[in-house]
Amino acid sequence: MSNKVPSALTLGIARGGLEIRQFMRQRESVVFTMAFPIILLAIFGSVFKDTLEGGVTFAQYFVAGMIASGLVNTGFQQLAILIPMEREFGSLKRLRGTPAPASSYFIGKSILVFVSMAVQVALLLVAGVIFFGVNLPTDPMKWVTFTWLIVIGSAASTALGIAFAAVPKSGRGASAVVSPVVIILQFFSGVFFVFTQLPGWMQQVAALFPLKWLTQGMRSVFLPDTYAVQEVAGSWESGRTLLVLTLWLIAGVFLAMRTFKWDRA
Amino acid sequence: MSGVIEVRNLKKSYGSLDAVAGIDLDIHQGEIFSLLGPNGAGKTTTVEILEGFRSRDGGQVSVLGVDPAVKGAAARHWRNRIGIVLQSTQDSGDLTVGETLSHFAKYYSNPRNPEEVAVAVGLEEKSKALVRTLSGGQRRRLDVALGIIGNPELLFLDEPTTGFDPEARRAFWGLIDALRQDGTTILLTTHYLDEAEALADRVAVINQGKIIETSTPAELGGRATALATVSWKSSNGVQSERTANPTEFVKRLSDTFQGEIPELIVKRPSLEDIYLEMIGGADE
Repeated sequence: MSNKVPSALTLGIARGGLEIRQFMRQRESVVFTMAFPIILLAIFGSVFKDTLEGGVTFAQYFVAGMIASGLVNTGFQQLAILIPMEREFGSLKRLRGTPAPASSYFIGKSILVFVSMAVQVALLLVAGVIFFGVNLPTDPMKWVTFTWLIVIGSAASTALGIAFAAVPKSGRGASAVVSPVVIILQFFSGVFFVFTQLPGWMQQVAALFPLKWLTQGMRSVFLPDTYAVQEVAGSWESGRTLLVLTLWLIAGVFLAMRTFKWDRA
Repeated sequence: MSGVIEVRNLKKSYGSLDAVAGIDLDIHQGEIFSLLGPNGAGKTTTVEILEGFRSRDGGQVSVLGVDPAVKGAAARHWRNRIGIVLQSTQDSGDLTVGETLSHFAKYYSNPRNPEEVAVAVGLEEKSKALVRTLSGGQRRRLDVALGIIGNPELLFLDEPTTGFDPEARRAFWGLIDALRQDGTTILLTTHYLDEAEALADRVAVINQGKIIETSTPAELGGRATALATVSWKSSNGVQSERTANPTEFVKRLSDTFQGEIPELIVKRPSLEDIYLEMIGGADE
């Protein structure tokens, strides 16, 4: 008999498939996750009819914020609420009793977040183009930026969600702890407004957190380059965005590994 | 070495409470060992330390030759050899029984065949059913199935039949007997004394963090040699007599009645009687 347990990565990929299958069977939450950004885009697109400078519609401006906050909702918010519930129900403790390591569990969650994010963004862009006249970028370099923003953004969001899941005391209370954090962050980061019209102190607070950088990065993808001068630094700051997001990713992974709890006790 | 579990002077305190106050245990290859004790006696703490879920304050512990406090890759190899059935697990239940079993089988190096495990726990008809549609007893059998899917050398069973109807319990005991035939060592914690009596080769009674006695169910607390109670009906009503020689006594009684003794009962103390006597005072 061999005593060779499967690798953490193999198990992580198997868990990813399982997580996606479980998620797909919760129909309400699938519909909500996928449709929510489109509904918000529809609301904001209808409320703000004016076009911005250079003939850019508000929907075009808003798509950037929707994708960025979608990364926060799908990763951070969803996991920080779901994991305390899994802990309370004992499914994490059961997993702990198996040879599967915590890293496999993390990999599974990352796959779930990445796949649901990819589907959500694809649907949002399709709906945006068809119903709200959103223009997709034609420059291939912008798609490169878009791709790394999605990959690093969803990885950081996943890691920070797992880390934050240590905060709520109970599964039922999790949503009350997590949701305000996300909503305040969204307002501060200029998801719902033109960022540079926010008070200076709010901009400075927002600059400490990843959502502001994700939103700014997505603006660099979806807005014409003439808009770069309107940013706080007068440019898109792609290099700094990559740096800040990478630092948050590293911090998130570190915290997730340090604070992760299988059990309520 | 035949000691699957070896514990010496195990200690664990919570604040000023000594939950486990110096426990020794030896559980051998292939036996079913049952830990009995009232709530708060230190039973759960002891088992959770053996399962590697809880740290200890002192003493030596070896489970399959490994310290359960092991970490990293060595912990994964150790967990590959044990199975744990926890008291209760609830989840969203959005997977089918078959999917859950096949998935958990992937965690182990030499898993059992998921379909055979489904048959063994009597869930073969439910293979395509979502877990959330199962009854409480069926969920419990799934828990056990997940505990044995990795083909463990040692199985921890915590209150496995709580909430079962009598028929389901009998069926479950049959399953445990089959595992015994395969040579699996089992550590069973239960509140049901008849369950311990039916299944366990040996039992230990734990109270106030200490083991009071370790014995076979038949011999616990001097049960095998305890006085028997003989009762019968005479013209003065029901009479009873405690005696060390019930056969002799019944024979004499039979002579007195010149044949059949009315309403004859010969009773020895049940495991439950002995157990309650042993832990008596604990709840005061």
